Amino acid sequence: MMLIPCPWCGPRNEIEFHYGGQADVHYPSDPRSTSDEDWAHFLFFRDNPKGVFTERWSHAAGCRRWFTVHRDTVTNEIHPDDSASAARTVTR
Amino acid sequence: MSNEFRLADRGRIDRDRPIRFRFDGGDYEGYQGDTLASALLANGIHQVATSIKHGRPRGIMAAGAEEPNALVQIERPFPEPMLTATTVELREGLQASGLPGRGQLSTGDDPARYDTMHAHCDVLVVGAGPAGLAAALSAARSGARVIVAEADTEFGGSLLGSGETLDRAPGTEWVRRATAELAACPEVRLLPRTTVFGHYDDNYLVALEHRGEQAHSRQRVWRMRAREVVLATGSHERPLVFAGNDRPGTMLAGSARTYLNRYAVRPGNRAVVFTTNDSAYAAAIDLADAGVEIAAIVDAREVVSTHWASLCIERGITIHADTAVVSTSGTDRVSSAHLCSLRSDGSRTPSVRQVVGCDLLLVSGGWNPAVHLHSQARGSLRFSEDIGAFVPEQDVRSVRSAGAAAGLFATSESLRSGAEAGRDAARAAGFDAEPGRLPRAEKAPVLASRSVWLLPSPADSDGSTRFVDLARDVTVADIRKATRAGMDSVEHVKRYTTLGTAHDQGKTSGTLSTGVIAEMLGRDVAELGTTTFRAPYTPVTFAALAGRDRGDLYDPVRVTAMHDWHVEHGAPFENVGQWKRPWYYPRPGEDMETAVLRECRAARESVGIQDVSTLGKIDVQGPDAAEFLDLVYTNMMSTLKVGRIRYGVMCTADGMVFDDGTVTRTDEQRYLISTTSGNAAGVLAHLEDWLQTEWPHLRVYLTSVTEQWATIALVGPDSRQVLSRVASGIEVGNDSFPFMSFRDGLVAGRRARVCRISFSGELAFEINVPWWYGREVWEALHEAGQPFGITPYGTETMHVLRAEKGFPIVGQDTDGTITPDDLGMSWAVSKKKTDFLGKRSFSRADTARTDRKQLVGLLPADENLVLPEGSQLVDTAELPEPPVPMLGHVTSSYRSAALDRGFALAVVKAGRDRIGETIYSPVGDRLAAVTITEPVFYDKEGARRDG
Ligand SMILES: [Zn+2]
Repeated sequence: MMLIPCPWCGPRNEIEFHYGGQADVHYPSDPRSTSDEDWAHFLFFRDNPKGVFTERWSHAAGCRRWFTVHRDTVTNEIHPDDSASAARTVTR
Repeated sequence: MSNEFRLADRGRIDRDRPIRFRFDGGDYEGYQGDTLASALLANGIHQVATSIKHGRPRGIMAAGAEEPNALVQIERPFPEPMLTATTVELREGLQASGLPGRGQLSTGDDPARYDTMHAHCDVLVVGAGPAGLAAALSAARSGARVIVAEADTEFGGSLLGSGETLDRAPGTEWVRRATAELAACPEVRLLPRTTVFGHYDDNYLVALEHRGEQAHSRQRVWRMRAREVVLATGSHERPLVFAGNDRPGTMLAGSARTYLNRYAVRPGNRAVVFTTNDSAYAAAIDLADAGVEIAAIVDAREVVSTHWASLCIERGITIHADTAVVSTSGTDRVSSAHLCSLRSDGSRTPSVRQVVGCDLLLVSGGWNPAVHLHSQARGSLRFSEDIGAFVPEQDVRSVRSAGAAAGLFATSESLRSGAEAGRDAARAAGFDAEPGRLPRAEKAPVLASRSVWLLPSPADSDGSTRFVDLARDVTVADIRKATRAGMDSVEHVKRYTTLGTAHDQGKTSGTLSTGVIAEMLGRDVAELGTTTFRAPYTPVTFAALAGRDRGDLYDPVRVTAMHDWHVEHGAPFENVGQWKRPWYYPRPGEDMETAVLRECRAARESVGIQDVSTLGKIDVQGPDAAEFLDLVYTNMMSTLKVGRIRYGVMCTADGMVFDDGTVTRTDEQRYLISTTSGNAAGVLAHLEDWLQTEWPHLRVYLTSVTEQWATIALVGPDSRQVLSRVASGIEVGNDSFPFMSFRDGLVAGRRARVCRISFSGELAFEINVPWWYGREVWEALHEAGQPFGITPYGTETMHVLRAEKGFPIVGQDTDGTITPDDLGMSWAVSKKKTDFLGKRSFSRADTARTDRKQLVGLLPADENLVLPEGSQLVDTAELPEPPVPMLGHVTSSYRSAALDRGFALAVVKAGRDRIGETIYSPVGDRLAAVTITEPVFYDKEGARRDG
């Protein structure tokens, strides 16, 4: 049970959160001119690193805000800066 | 004779409180403070069980949770399987029996209550032996909030069984004072009888507390979040591997010492002690002083400690150095030990040199620090050659091991390391801590141990009676079979042999098996390592984990404002997510089918009424609400006029249907959208996700209002007349109140929003009132409908009515692989909008295929047949050899009152091109012919919706 730092509410138990997968997967700015291949990458392809992963979480059972953290997928350590990061950093 | 092996003095049992108990049909007596195991030993009973695979007699080997053999089934007070006799607290009326390796769950309901506690602390100390108590004291004195969890019934750990002195007084006296000091600290919580069984991320620890049969809750699970953790979990003694090392009467030396000093039990009359280290000498001396004859000490080391040797000489005890016990004899109790010299003398095969009679064989192959929790928390381990065991690397943030758990076995080291760990933990948590003064412990010089894994075996060359894991009956022969089959990792051998997978999770066999495997493979123990340690440390019942989350409290139940009315009118309920929805309203003597056909007829021919409050409702407002809805719905919502309603489909970015519902524009900058009943939370989360992370510039605010509105559907040709009787301020005529619009007014005297929406194809109204007035307005409408025979109906009739009209239900007729076009709903997909979620995916090669599964209707040739939902669909009247090509499956299937026959909706490959064709569905053992049709079965031209 990880302790996840919600930038709005502080550290809370993992069960209060909803996982949102890899962060910074941006919606293509012009889907019409995006190739099938690039579109498929946007939809279906995600990194799966052993190590630090930039990922999204939503405080679903709390303030309902989405935010981004850097978590080491081996140790589950969340980068200490994340708890103090600008709360409005809600990159996708 | 009762308690024949009980000593008159010493021990922590209460001789004034005898306890009667029954074991395997015999009646015995023990004392308050006994475990079942100590009470049995006091009565001369060693054999408790038989082994799981070979049915060999097995006795009590240990005095704690590491016990591999002595499994018992508790019959009274409540049936419980697979407990170790060494951890069962003796209590009045206890009835138990020995188990052959596996037990039986009770078939009766468990009447006990189980509970959960949540706690936070600065420092959690696991274990209350010398290290744990010293840690707790230094942390507590700094003012830190401390929790001490100890599996045993009382604090003290090894001091309870060793009889050691601290500051020249009994060690238990220091334990008493330390415990009292801790108990007096307001920020300290002491939890005896509490086993921490799981150590998870960020110091989340889970423990099981045994509160006893009389307590308000029998057991409770503690879920604790600690800033810092001190693991003072002690160590487990390791047995040795020789032929017949499983005979009852074979016992870990340290455990025998515990039975003697803590429980005042003499575990035998004549003992042989076989050891590889100094610790067993202390047991031998204590036993000798208590009147047990020590027939021999057999030490695998070439050189033995002069300190201990002189103590032995004083008592006339013979020491055999550089010697091993290689086999035993005896039937249901060990009767002799067979000694063999370990001196290497060339090619001579070793042979038994001496046979020593005994009824107790004490063994000590060294001690394994209990690294389970450290390891669960992802701490790494290092093999220490000094002690021949794996010890924790102190590398885990906020977790410190101390005392025997860190490989520091002497009491003085335990106290010191514990006090330092407690100080460091408290300091890390922000407190100004000092280790404080520690009591002086006795100190004996310690001679290095000798790691011995595989002993020579003149009596058992194949190893089939040399047991490595007694709980699983895994022998040297079994492990050799695995290594010869090519397995060279402990994880593989574990799975091949089941080694370490029993109730004890290999507490006594873990390191031992690594040593045996290493020796067979000619590799290093350090390099092979251990298998992964996983929670739970000791077995936990599901009842305890469930706590109060069972029965009615298992999951929240959501009911509507009219729920009691539905109950009063006999409706059975259908679970839709957490909602309870009325399924149908049977009249006396009616079965479900009859009731549903009657309800369907009423809705089509006169008037029906349904509670549709469970539909999700989300209030969407803000200057950019229209732009936002255009992005998330496939159809255009910005062009919707205030006062009007539009059906909408939501897709995920991959173009698959996610949800559907209506969009009502209540103001320029305000909409009310509805969602399917089970998906309301999912839709809100989906919308928030896109709004917050992709379009944060849009000024839009989303609020769930599902439970603010009670919603009543009034359906059928007479619905307008019923409404007109109770509505005021609303023109109900078709011209003034057209389809897909809403009006605000009064219904039954309450402020209401009435929408002309139809999910049945009939003239229909949805009446929204504040939740509080739901039942009142429902009853008023029901009353007003009496002259028309108004009929309440449930979800089943709703399903039939909508399926007759070919309206799909998202989640039933779709499954996340269906596009709007697959549903025949291209009309709901805007061609004008530049973009919306899903649009780009419609032109992906796979989404644009023409042979995708499409929603169609099915009419079985047998008109009475109602196809089972989920049935597969195939092309031929007879099944070819497998694999049979599947065309699709039935998604919805009912009997129709309007059609007077069975009908179904299905998804079929290229189904729209196959309308009129006959395909087949396996029903039972036959293939039923079905004709593919348009999905709309009733009122194709839509003439009925305006009444
Ligand atoms: Zn939050």
